[in-house]
Amino acid sequence: MTDIRCVKLCKYFQQGDIVIKALDHVSLDIEAGSLICLSGPSGSGKTTLLNAIGGLDKLDSGEIHFGDQRVDQLGKGPMADLRLHHIGFVFQAYNLIPVLTARENVEFVMQVQGVSAKQRRGKSLAILKEVGLEGMENRYPAELSGGQQQRVAVARAIVSQPKLVLADEPTANLDSETATQLMDLLRELNEYHNVTFLIATHDARVMGYARRLIRMRDGKIIADELQAND
Amino acid sequence: MILSLRMAWRNLWRHKRRTWLTALAMIFSNVLLVFMISLQFGSYDMMINNTLQAFSGHIQVQHPGYNDNPKLRQSIPAVVPLAVELRSTLPGAHIAARGAAFALVSSDQRSLGIQIIGVEPDHEPWVSTLPGLVREGRFLKDSLAAEIVIGRVLARNLKVSVGDELTLLGSGRDGSFAAGVVTVTGIFDSGSGDLDRSLAEVPLRYFQETFAMRDHGHSVVVAVDEIDTVPTAFAAVSHEIQDKPDLTALDWNQLQPGLKQAIQADMSSAWFMYGLLIILVAFSVLNTQLMSVLERTREFGVITALGVKPRKLASLVILETALMALLGLVIGVAIGWMVAAYLNTVGFHYPGMEQMAEKFNLPDRVYPSVTFFSMILGPGVVFLFSLLAAVYPSLRLFRLQPVEAMRAV
Ligand SMILES: Nc1ncnc2c1ncn2[C@@H]1O[C@H](COP(=O)(O)OP(=O)(O)OP(=O)(O)O)[C@@H](O)[C@H]1O
Ligand SMILES: [Mg+2]
Repeated sequence: MTDIRCVKLCKYFQQGDIVIKALDHVSLDIEAGSLICLSGPSGSGKTTLLNAIGGLDKLDSGEIHFGDQRVDQLGKGPMADLRLHHIGFVFQAYNLIPVLTARENVEFVMQVQGVSAKQRRGKSLAILKEVGLEGMENRYPAELSGGQQQRVAVARAIVSQPKLVLADEPTANLDSETATQLMDLLRELNEYHNVTFLIATHDARVMGYARRLIRMRDGKIIADELQAND
Repeated sequence: MILSLRMAWRNLWRHKRRTWLTALAMIFSNVLLVFMISLQFGSYDMMINNTLQAFSGHIQVQHPGYNDNPKLRQSIPAVVPLAVELRSTLPGAHIAARGAAFALVSSDQRSLGIQIIGVEPDHEPWVSTLPGLVREGRFLKDSLAAEIVIGRVLARNLKVSVGDELTLLGSGRDGSFAAGVVTVTGIFDSGSGDLDRSLAEVPLRYFQETFAMRDHGHSVVVAVDEIDTVPTAFAAVSHEIQDKPDLTALDWNQLQPGLKQAIQADMSSAWFMYGLLIILVAFSVLNTQLMSVLERTREFGVITALGVKPRKLASLVILETALMALLGLVIGVAIGWMVAAYLNTVGFHYPGMEQMAEKFNLPDRVYPSVTFFSMILGPGVVFLFSLLAAVYPSLRLFRLQPVEAMRAV
């Protein structure tokens, strides 16, 4: 299993005369199969860290390794391929392509990945069943509740067995019951399918799901601890 | 592929009204283009056919140099046997031998210089519309008879009518004095002032005798049914006469150089107008697709974050444009075709046609040309320019930064 290593990641933003250290020498190892929560106050750098690991944003310094491969210096195209095949994303909201049904949303990414039409169909139906959306495969995002939309996003993120799923406040737009259900799902996927999750959140209940909890403040990791949950 | 197609199609209908408005602009210009171009081609065909059918035919065999300098001496020997030979080479075409000379014709009251054409009475009606335009009396019958058919204006100028006698005076091919007395058997009314004023036809053998031509003539006229077949017929004729250096074949463009020029001048002014129309449509497509890309910035940001490359998104935008343009093309061509096909049966008349009709001896109605080419040419160019107009909006996708894009509303 490939582990992911982040070494002294730095990312600065210039805001007028002030330099904001969104990431200030952040080092972090992500074990395959773990479920990690990233917490911290607003502006502490959680999103910046996820974006950096996912290659959506360039770092100012530092290294990111996926197993033996250093990925922080990849060009745009290879980085896109890395994301396509090895990283899943779940954002806070508006994850889905509005003109595609739940199943088509899942299939779209697989199609770009080059999965054959027949496999796409079988896999997308199976994964939607897995996330509890059996019978809703042909609904458009607008016909699904917020929680159901997030489940589609999760299904799409994990369908091709990525090395890592990055979720940036996946429950922020959900009521607490729905949020709990989504987290139950993520933990299930983590436990039974060994999907690796890195989840940024403000939500204390979400943090309760993680065996490992990382706290950030001002672009730094201030705590990185294992916790006994449940 | 099918998924992308579905996605593109549904994206189009996210803004029904906007898509329809853009498609309507395409439909409107496509209908207009189909109508105008088929009308234009129709009138060119008519111009060419009517001008050529009136007298000159599509192809002529002449003595080299005769076309530029039509002298009596620049004649071709054994003109009738040559016509017979060509008839077997081109069984589908109509072929007739002619001679031509200038002569003074005199009635009791007046004398006028005109062109006398010697024609084969049996074959001439198939290569020229003049015999059919004889409104009084009849056309020539007997190849040796001392008969003449003249135009309406000439008859008026000479103050003669059918049955009157005219005297011909001219010089023969050998330089001798040529003279004859002929009876007016028919008066034609072609509508073309030139022909009606200064042309008269007599039987070919009578012509050869009167002008001391022996078996010579000046041209063998070839008329085909379809203008498209001219090049093939021309090649066959040229092949047939290739070992005869005193013969040359001329096609209609050499026989009537003004015709093609008139068409080309008309075409370039028309293309300018069409170009403007097409550019307007292209800008409306550019505007629509630019809006449609900008308002989806966030969505495209998310898709890019998933690892989908800009090229895929750009091709999606092009596909959307292609679908919209196809919609405009199909509906536009369908309506345009119906209009053109209807007018193709009943004809189309517009004000000001009379002048052109008179100049080129045309009927006063145009029948639009309904061919695949005339239907698809304009809409095809609109389609291409629509795709071109979508290039700029799709290129913007290559500059998309997912993080920034996702922050957009
Ligand atoms: N594009 C940018 N330009 C300028 N500053 C930025 C930019 N992106 C992030 N920042 C700054 O970097 C810091 C970290 O931002 P980040 O979005 O990572 O915080 P966060 O922990 O995700 O916060 P939240 O919980 O509100 O989502 C903040 O101070 C933010 O203002
Ligand atoms: Mg954030």
